[in-house]
Amino acid sequence: MSILVWVLRRDMMLAMRRKSDVLTTLFFFVIMVSLFPLGVGPERELLKAIGPGVVWVAALLASMLSLGRLFSADYSDGTLEQMLLCPESLSLIVLGKTFVHWMTSGLPLVLMAPLLGLQFGLSGQALWVLLASLLLGTPVLSLVGAIGASLTLGLRGGGVLVSLLVLPLYIPVLIFGAGAVDASTSGLGAEGHLSVLGALLVLALLATPKASAAALRISLE
Amino acid sequence: MLEATRLECMRGDRLLFSGVDLRIEPGGLLHVRGPNGSGKSSLLRMLCGLVLPEAGEILWNGKPTRNSEDYHRSLTYMGHSNGIKEELSGLENLRINCGLAGFEVGEEEALSAFERMGLEGREHLPAKVLSQGQRRRVMLARLLVAETPLWILDEPLVALDTDAIGLMRSLFELHLEKGGMMILTTHQELEIAARNAQEIRFST
Repeated sequence: MSILVWVLRRDMMLAMRRKSDVLTTLFFFVIMVSLFPLGVGPERELLKAIGPGVVWVAALLASMLSLGRLFSADYSDGTLEQMLLCPESLSLIVLGKTFVHWMTSGLPLVLMAPLLGLQFGLSGQALWVLLASLLLGTPVLSLVGAIGASLTLGLRGGGVLVSLLVLPLYIPVLIFGAGAVDASTSGLGAEGHLSVLGALLVLALLATPKASAAALRISLE
Repeated sequence: MLEATRLECMRGDRLLFSGVDLRIEPGGLLHVRGPNGSGKSSLLRMLCGLVLPEAGEILWNGKPTRNSEDYHRSLTYMGHSNGIKEELSGLENLRINCGLAGFEVGEEEALSAFERMGLEGREHLPAKVLSQGQRRRVMLARLLVAETPLWILDEPLVALDTDAIGLMRSLFELHLEKGGMMILTTHQELEIAARNAQEIRFST
């Protein structure tokens, strides 16, 4: 277990010393979401209808944009190689790294989302549901994205490839995430959608660290 | 004791080496020699478990090394890249690397290792302001605090000055004297006193 503490400490320290990485992802998200009301015009009903989807798609893209730095820096300076030689399980290390990645790329988006939702005229309750759905959904994005990031490690044009690999896998999260907000505004209740998101999170937590660890071993051979 | 039998390595379609046997006992030194691109690093990475052998097997104390926790606890590998983070200070790098390798190093112990490596006064500088040789020293400082019996070192002396090379040589000799094992590649002429020194020579 102590290895998890070391990985968390290390990656948090590194993230704190590279704050620009965190801020660029966040600003990308903010700008991208803000472009839509400017582009489609101020029709209240239309904005209300597209709001949740726009926020979710922007979160997807922002999370994908930051996937590159999950392993690539450690890969190029050789620290990833050392991690592979750790006596304890590599899955645990991957889990720790993914958690910090979510803390620095997913969590800021989640906290910012209700504010951006106001631009689309979402009601108070819809904003709460949006927050909850992002809170459950963005960790899944990081976990699934870690597989793509580790598979494309060290490849030329890995950034484009990772989006082709990962975006299709993000679709269920997008459907249930944006669907949760729609369901709550139309009066159906978001519990069902949020439960599915929770189930996806549990599934991703159990399955993806092992898959990413295996992919890392292949990429570094 | 590390033993390997009939190791074979393919890189793409090219056969790098085959039929490599080796056996290192406590106090033993194995020097891997050969020109660039002859497969020295691949052999070392294979012995660590980073590359899977095409054929053959690697045994640590009679048991396969693959996924063996005991083996990875006994091993310190240093490759071409320094394995240190530029944003972190030398001291943080050392303590974190040791923590990940499964043992804790106290601040005092780490500081004295830095002193011995000639990095006094630079412990708290971020690694990105250090020179190549100093970064190498930060990486090698781990050998001073690690208590692993098996060291696998791929060109550890690159970028080091003569003082540091002398220091490393005495460190290597001390390690071997204490019953440690070492596998080494280097292009420098380095005389290391060892009870049991062997050599593998690769040709292209």
